[in-house]
Amino acid sequence: MNIHIKNGRLIDPSNKIDSKQDVFIANKHILAIGKAPQNFAADQVIDATGLIVIPGLVDVAARLREPGYEYKATLESEMEAAMAGGVTSLSCPPDTDPPLDEPGLVEMLKHRARSLNQARVFPVGALTYGLKGAELTEMIELTDAGCKAFSQADATLNDTRVLMRAMQYAATFGYRVWLRPQDAFLAKDGVAHDGEVATRLGLPAIPVVAETIALSTMLQLARETGVKLHVCRISSAEGVEMVRAAKQSGLSVTCDVSMNHVHLSEMDIGYFDSNFRLSPPLRSLRDRAALRAGLLDGTIDAICSNHSPVDDDAKQLPFGEAEAGATGMELLLPLVLKWAAEENVSMPDALAHITINPAQLLGVKMGHLSVGAHADVCMFDPEFTWKVEPSALKSQGKNTPFNGYTMQGRVRHTIVEGKVAYSL
Amino acid sequence: MNNPQLNSNGELQHLLTTEGLPVRIMRDILDKAAEFVSVAEEHEIKKVPLLQGKSVFNIFFENSTRTRTTFEIAAKRLSADVVNLNIGSSSTSKGETLLDTVDNLCAMHADMFIVRHSSGGAAHLIAKHVAPNIHVINAGDGRHAHPTQALLDMFTIRHYKKEFHNLRVAIVGDVMHSRVARSQIHALTTLGVPEVRVIAPKTLLPTHVEKMGVQVYHDMAQGLKDVDVVMMLRLQNERMQGALLPSAQEYFKNYGLTTERLAQARSDAIVMHPGPMNRGVEIDSSVADGAHSVILPQVTFGIAVRMAVMSMLAGAK
Repeated sequence: MNIHIKNGRLIDPSNKIDSKQDVFIANKHILAIGKAPQNFAADQVIDATGLIVIPGLVDVAARLREPGYEYKATLESEMEAAMAGGVTSLSCPPDTDPPLDEPGLVEMLKHRARSLNQARVFPVGALTYGLKGAELTEMIELTDAGCKAFSQADATLNDTRVLMRAMQYAATFGYRVWLRPQDAFLAKDGVAHDGEVATRLGLPAIPVVAETIALSTMLQLARETGVKLHVCRISSAEGVEMVRAAKQSGLSVTCDVSMNHVHLSEMDIGYFDSNFRLSPPLRSLRDRAALRAGLLDGTIDAICSNHSPVDDDAKQLPFGEAEAGATGMELLLPLVLKWAAEENVSMPDALAHITINPAQLLGVKMGHLSVGAHADVCMFDPEFTWKVEPSALKSQGKNTPFNGYTMQGRVRHTIVEGKVAYSL
Repeated sequence: MNNPQLNSNGELQHLLTTEGLPVRIMRDILDKAAEFVSVAEEHEIKKVPLLQGKSVFNIFFENSTRTRTTFEIAAKRLSADVVNLNIGSSSTSKGETLLDTVDNLCAMHADMFIVRHSSGGAAHLIAKHVAPNIHVINAGDGRHAHPTQALLDMFTIRHYKKEFHNLRVAIVGDVMHSRVARSQIHALTTLGVPEVRVIAPKTLLPTHVEKMGVQVYHDMAQGLKDVDVVMMLRLQNERMQGALLPSAQEYFKNYGLTTERLAQARSDAIVMHPGPMNRGVEIDSSVADGAHSVILPQVTFGIAVRMAVMSMLAGAK
């Protein structure tokens, strides 16, 4: 299948391209950029006039809920959501039921995902069995099965000796360790940031030190063990500063932030709106400003959707009892564009945070449109404005804090492996 | 954001919290309650027909005897039909969700729900869910709010002190876990009390309590100096676990209200407590039963204030 994408504005952050160029796809790969190769005969021509053509998005945190939580979401529903969001590669955390701690589970998930011919799924394996923080998983086997990194998802690893050994073992083989910094004791029972809003509403709180203490532990152990550490879902100003200092000191550490935290703060909880019950909790406006500054100076490498579909029954509860999480893959691109517009970030710089940067975090060859690269392409209309209507989302999770928001920018075509997988 | 407590005419639709409750409505409630107190005091007849034919459902997802009883008495004095449900021991333990329970009760033609729940925001959730002709009164949600308690406290203060604008008020004890304290602070600041103090060790204060417009004291003697009103909070026994306090004895030694400590306050100071009291833990019997104590009148006023709130809600269009 040969595809000719014509008249679009091509933005490929990795190759520093931002100009009107045609894209030619053949044999599942990018054949040429700019001029048509000799004898190229297109089977399909996509007129991308007025559209921006970019590498398919790479989302480093998208929960598909399989296996085990099919009542929240299924691979079918979430893959459709990925396509509608222009996400062509995603990594899913291991907090399924059972957790992704066995090679068989990972192979099954990859097989199920491949059979749908939609987004590429790069599972993150469990760092410890059952995410229990006691015994190491078979990381080599899991890597062979397709895991790109190892993580505890939102489960904490309280035993620092186990954490150190897990890092040492992973470092032996050059595996990536992805950790979300949260101290289990300080965060216990907490449902909101320990700030003004939790004080007023009387919500059990999670202080910033819950993040920084855990972060300090993992940074020191990363230095000690030499592991490739990736810090997931940073949420506080102090946390950003610690990652910045660690990077400046030469430590091999990377970092991501969820799109929710780039845009929202504790203030948005309003009158106990459980759509804003997220993990990590939404923090103060000061923290949000620091997260944005961290994106601007390169402290934070990637923006993820932290897509976590939750069923209505688990959300229609008092704030503290509601399950944390929100749907997000379909909103990732417009929310990154919104951030870029608000902060005067150039389109290529902004898009790097959802294409090449996350691809590098995963160590996969996606996220760019060099000649010879996999033909995973997203085309979006930057002028298209639309209102977020939960019922219109493809994801089975309908809960989003951006319910009713007006978004600018919408995906019109998504190409995976040289095939058009979605068109609006 | 719309105030979920008011209808489009700016009238009271639900009573969920004292935060953001307009001062005119707060004063209306206190004035209306004053009428009911005189009904109770000056006439034999304590019953008025304002809620005749209305069904009031007391739904308590968390156990309470005192609050539920005072609401029940208040509703009955307004001639309402009252149904008491202790859900803590029935439906939700069978797996029914909070909103399912509410839907079922709505189908039984409830006009008003009085809700207590262990999670903050439960009353807001129900208020958002029910039809516009149904009213919700928050009788305590988690650590968030207990507005009728705060309003009866305001009624008590006004009864004894007449005005709010010249008062110094101290709230003593476990502010962190107290819905009563949060509602008191919002009510006091809304009614114009210029100086509200909280007195407690740091483990019992929310991290950003000063943002609520209060002055923080950790020393009882300093905190009580020249105050007009002392509002004590109940200290739950479980605070001794979880490393919040070493012992009840040490707490009483430092933060218990004794006659000697009370001497720091103004000579005409009043002492309040939302009940039930832990004598010898947060308050000494000599103070609880002493001349400054207005703890029992609080209970009596509580019925009038709850009658006032219910009748105002029933009158809302």
